[in-house]
Amino acid sequence: MAFSTLKGGGRRAAVAAVSVAALLTATACGSSDDGGGDSGSKKVEVFTWWADGGEKAGLDGLVAQFGTACAGQTFENGAVAGGAGANAKSVLASRLQQGDPPDTFQAHAGAELQDYILAGQVEDISGDYDSWGLKQAFPQGLIDNLTVEGKIYSVPANIHRANVVWTNKKVLADAGVTAAPTDLAGFFAAMDKVKAKGITTPLAVGKDWTQLMLFESVLITNLGAEKFTGLWNGSTDWNDAAVTKSIDDFKKLLTYTNTDRDALDWTDAEKLVMDGKAAYQLMGDWEAADLDAKGFKDYGYFTFPGNGTTFQWLADSFVLPKGAKNADGTKCWLKTVGSAEGQKAFNTKKGSIPARTDASPADYPAYQQAAMADWKSATQVPSCAHGSACSQGWQGAANSALGAFSTNQDAAALQKALASAAQQFVKK
Amino acid sequence: MRRLRQWGPGLLLLSPSLILLAVFVYGLIAWTTKVSVSDEHNALGSKGFVGLENYTKLFTDDINDRFVHSLKNLLIFTVVFLVGAMLFGLLWAFLLERGVRGEGIFRTVYLFPMAVSFVASGVVWRWLMNPNKGENAGGLNAVFGGLGLDFLQNTWWTNPDWGMAAMAMPAIWQLSGYVMALFLAGFRGIPQELREAAAVDGASTYRLYRNVIFPQLTPVALSALIILGHMSMKMFDLIMSVSGPQWLTEVPAVYVWQTLLTSDYAKAAAISIILLLLVAVVIVPYLIYTNRAEKNT
Repeated sequence: MAFSTLKGGGRRAAVAAVSVAALLTATACGSSDDGGGDSGSKKVEVFTWWADGGEKAGLDGLVAQFGTACAGQTFENGAVAGGAGANAKSVLASRLQQGDPPDTFQAHAGAELQDYILAGQVEDISGDYDSWGLKQAFPQGLIDNLTVEGKIYSVPANIHRANVVWTNKKVLADAGVTAAPTDLAGFFAAMDKVKAKGITTPLAVGKDWTQLMLFESVLITNLGAEKFTGLWNGSTDWNDAAVTKSIDDFKKLLTYTNTDRDALDWTDAEKLVMDGKAAYQLMGDWEAADLDAKGFKDYGYFTFPGNGTTFQWLADSFVLPKGAKNADGTKCWLKTVGSAEGQKAFNTKKGSIPARTDASPADYPAYQQAAMADWKSATQVPSCAHGSACSQGWQGAANSALGAFSTNQDAAALQKALASAAQQFVKK
Repeated sequence: MRRLRQWGPGLLLLSPSLILLAVFVYGLIAWTTKVSVSDEHNALGSKGFVGLENYTKLFTDDINDRFVHSLKNLLIFTVVFLVGAMLFGLLWAFLLERGVRGEGIFRTVYLFPMAVSFVASGVVWRWLMNPNKGENAGGLNAVFGGLGLDFLQNTWWTNPDWGMAAMAMPAIWQLSGYVMALFLAGFRGIPQELREAAAVDGASTYRLYRNVIFPQLTPVALSALIILGHMSMKMFDLIMSVSGPQWLTEVPAVYVWQTLLTSDYAKAAAISIILLLLVAVVIVPYLIYTNRAEKNT
């Protein structure tokens, strides 16, 4: 009996070991039979990972707007759910490899698009940016971050801010912390006050990528916007003394955080703040919508201490893939995404802010109004944890390095790891 | 012509499975090997042959020695898992073999965890192995706290050195019953005459087991080790659902997945091939051994 089981097991072993190869060559998941092959197609297949919640509501809003703005074109939902986009990305990769792209797909704006651009899988749409007036509508900082060798390849649908600290107002009031700290020293002092009130870990943080977000904020504080952006395009050296100082500051910050951080996702860390077990959490501004949805009213927020007027952004965007079956329809979709009406329809539902600076704040909730005001005046910098500053490979390496630092606390090793990641992945 | 008639129909019947195996197993192994010696590090595709560079880089030039770290994790996991599952499996089989009342019920109870998928049990164990201690404790730590056994509270899988040993606990829990079933079948397969002969010779119970029964169980133990061993080396779903993909608990199978997500096909293929070789190192000698044993009988 044992032997026959083993034979089966051995075969399964081989199957499992080559499943990687199977993934590389896998047939596309049934999307090729949608009959869109003819050039006269009026279908626009929109490939996203927005399948439920506020994201789905936002997409529905966009689709309604698309219906009025692009009469004659029909929207086809190509959403692949699950894995925070990981599932969708692997399906997309195999479709692109087989030359069967959707008419448009969702991707984080910025450096995460780099792989697609290098592979020649997406079209340059700089010309349309001019004709649609997007260069005037978007802030210059965003245009600069989006531009790759003089060309733009994507239209951002929304903007989120990464460098925001969320607070539990009651915990802070109990500890006698009244003002938001403006530099790291002030932040440490405030956290010491909270600690004195018996909250042993005032700063809530989760696993690797949330730690990377926190570390990036410290980097912005110590390097400033310009040098920080330079870390990701190769003009700032990762062996810089300011990076060393940032790692030391970050190490000190970690001493204020919950020790089970590697076991938590961002929502678990958020719960620590909601339950009053922590006072602060650094997280992207989707936390506002999430706290509202969970009915937690007593929260405050401020830009990470020392970041000044730096707005660390990330965005979901849409592209025109090379070989899209219905390029006209796709362009109309992209135009809708970038238009004032489209951005309003999407962002008021998703809880993000429009990339356009000409939107009317009155349409948005309180937090978003503040963020929109900042978006206009602040200096834009990209985020690696969310793909606007670095490619997916770089992001993976950085997450892994931060995960290792979380357990071994080896500052020199972290700096070395980040420097070699930069060397490996920076655009040459 | 007559010979063809002899083996022709058999071959014809076998051919569909042979072709499927050739394409989907051996063909894809060959394809993976080819990718692993190319420089297909992004969606751009391959520019050429780089020999064994992808392999050597994994050992010498990986950031933070990530791959070696994942192998170390796998080693701890595998050793703890194998030893734990074998010990518990043997113990339970031994107790049942000695004639515990209600054997049928116990057999089912012990075997049942195997029916649960690693993903489902992983989600539960993620909660059971909550690393918080003291007043924030949850899961097992809360149980220990409630019983006044605070010293047993543990950081479980978040421990940087022995976390993988904790990670092996759910796997032991799940597969000990299976090992038990294998050993029980082994015990039952030993002819009654041998026991009687030993009894006639005046052997004590200890001598009976030590010199008569356990030696006969060696093939069963070997099968169990191989089955658990190759499962352990490919462990993916359990780790993904307990900790998610992260540095602390990364094993080669998870690393392959992470690498694949960043479109580094060549590196992912190289890790897969190393994993395949690791499993083969365990399985192939066993297959040769059983083949020989079968020929001899």
